[in-house]
Amino acid sequence: MTTTPRLQIESGKVVLTGEWTLAALLPELPQLQTRLAADSLAALSWDLTAVERLDSAAAVLLWRTWNERWPAELSVSGTCRRTLERVAAAPVVSGTGKATLPGPVERIGYLVLGALDNAQGLVTMYGQMLLDLGYLLRHPSEMPWKEIGANIYKAGALALPVTGLVGFLIGVTLSYLSALQLRSVGADLFIVNILGISIIREIGPVLVAVLVAGRSGSAMTAQIGVMRVTEEIDALSAMGVSRSIRVVLPKLLALTVVMPLLVLWASGIALIGGMLSALLQLDISLAHFVENLQRAVPVANLVIGLSKGLVFGFIIAWVACHFGLRVKPNTESLSANTTTSVVTAITLVILVDAVFAIATRNMGIPQL
Amino acid sequence: MSGKANPAVVEMRGLSTRIGNRYVHRNLDLWVERGQIVGLVGGSGSGKTTLLRQILGLIQPAAGTVRLFGQDLGGAGGVAQSAMLRRLGMLFQGGALFSALPVFDNIAFPLREMKRLDEDWIRRLVNLKLALVELETEHGRLMPAELSGGMVKRVALARALALEPELLLLDEPTAGLDPDRSRSFVNLLGQLQGELGLTVIMVTHDPETLAGLATHIAVLAEQHIVKFGTAAEVMAGDHPFLAGFRDGDKTRLL
Repeated sequence: MTTTPRLQIESGKVVLTGEWTLAALLPELPQLQTRLAADSLAALSWDLTAVERLDSAAAVLLWRTWNERWPAELSVSGTCRRTLERVAAAPVVSGTGKATLPGPVERIGYLVLGALDNAQGLVTMYGQMLLDLGYLLRHPSEMPWKEIGANIYKAGALALPVTGLVGFLIGVTLSYLSALQLRSVGADLFIVNILGISIIREIGPVLVAVLVAGRSGSAMTAQIGVMRVTEEIDALSAMGVSRSIRVVLPKLLALTVVMPLLVLWASGIALIGGMLSALLQLDISLAHFVENLQRAVPVANLVIGLSKGLVFGFIIAWVACHFGLRVKPNTESLSANTTTSVVTAITLVILVDAVFAIATRNMGIPQL
Repeated sequence: MSGKANPAVVEMRGLSTRIGNRYVHRNLDLWVERGQIVGLVGGSGSGKTTLLRQILGLIQPAAGTVRLFGQDLGGAGGVAQSAMLRRLGMLFQGGALFSALPVFDNIAFPLREMKRLDEDWIRRLVNLKLALVELETEHGRLMPAELSGGMVKRVALARALALEPELLLLDEPTAGLDPDRSRSFVNLLGQLQGELGLTVIMVTHDPETLAGLATHIAVLAEQHIVKFGTAAEVMAGDHPFLAGFRDGDKTRLL
């Protein structure tokens, strides 16, 4: 098949034979390179007439050996000469073109500017949403019901199994660990207070928010991002369809509507898990648990929990859509924005949760 | 058909391809010899691109064999298969450039993957390929998203040529190029073919490219190659698809 490239030096003359192509060169490369670099071969006369084929990779190798000059004496066939001429004519750029890394101050500056830019984008999106809602109030027929329904199904109905399972396991674990402590001080019945308040008010909403941010938030960013990459967003605009009404708004509305329901579902299942665990560990019957739950946990807690769900849902979709629309048409930007979207959403959710905790500190805590 | 001395570069026997429940190819035979430039023509949806993907081993055949450079593609192990694939270059229809890498790195990518070439060598080769497809060195810094459609095609061709392939697969190489570029592409490929003895299989809808470049034509219809022969032979034939092709050529001339 292919004949190996050979280099012979006979009486001041370099004779090349065989096939000088990249594929044929590779196995012989270390030897050939040392021989080519050995001594001032460039000054000798070269005979390439016995070369069967010469591709541009091999031509570059020779051209470098000749120190980018034609050798004094060179005999070569026409086609090989053309290849060499192309290499000789190619521009040589020495600069690597690598960007210099910014210093620490510069980097902090970029971070701050980036954060401000994102904040501006988020505020703009919020404003656009209000404008869109105003428009839809005046033109109710243009409400994107189908998209909203699809998003409710995707972010809500399909999230039921995972939120239920995780909720149940958390309920069981929390109840089990608390029971161990409570039994040692003989305060068995307080398990109802602990589980009721912590799950309904705090754990339920935050847990579901983290799950939904990872599950639906990332999906929303990726979907909008790919629509950017494939110019589908531009196609919508070209048809005169508002991308904010058709793409962003349904996601915002759907997740805002569906999150309180998911919180209710996950909290309920977590309580059931806690009840079962309490039954097994502390012998507190289900009826007794439910009866005490009503007494120990004022309804305000449920209202707080569900409102948190509402706000968290909005935040997740808001952040997801914002970062989705910032995706530049390349894969790296898609992955970076999806990551940032999920991280930002979870961070914001926990921040807002802290604000909630302080703002509602006087509500729903039973006075003993 | 030319002499028997030429070994087959691509040999497909009794090939059937199934996607889902639909047969795209059924009992297809194709025999491409070294140095041939085969134009693969056929109606839209007749499975031309699928055939190229079949040659690349991206799709497993439902039946039949694909042999590249005399070796069975399916039977070869991972290392042998990737060694085989390094001997061919593919120009995807949409370019398939790596969107996260600038043009320069896109072309340098297969060269760097060899792990044997130094950066200076790679840089010279990339600049050479850029010059070959009539792009400037400065274009190397652009990201694929910043390129025009025709530029994407040319960068993709430069990348396909980076490893000095023996077999070049081209999917719609001249679609999206202006007539001048299209003509210079035809010249470039003809020149490379002369110098390196390239074998080319190209899917094309452009009669000019076909007429200017193809030494042989394969007509894909009814799930198999209905006609294969030298360009003159096939164009003289009376297959309805080719009649349409010739008519298209006439309207173009008017």
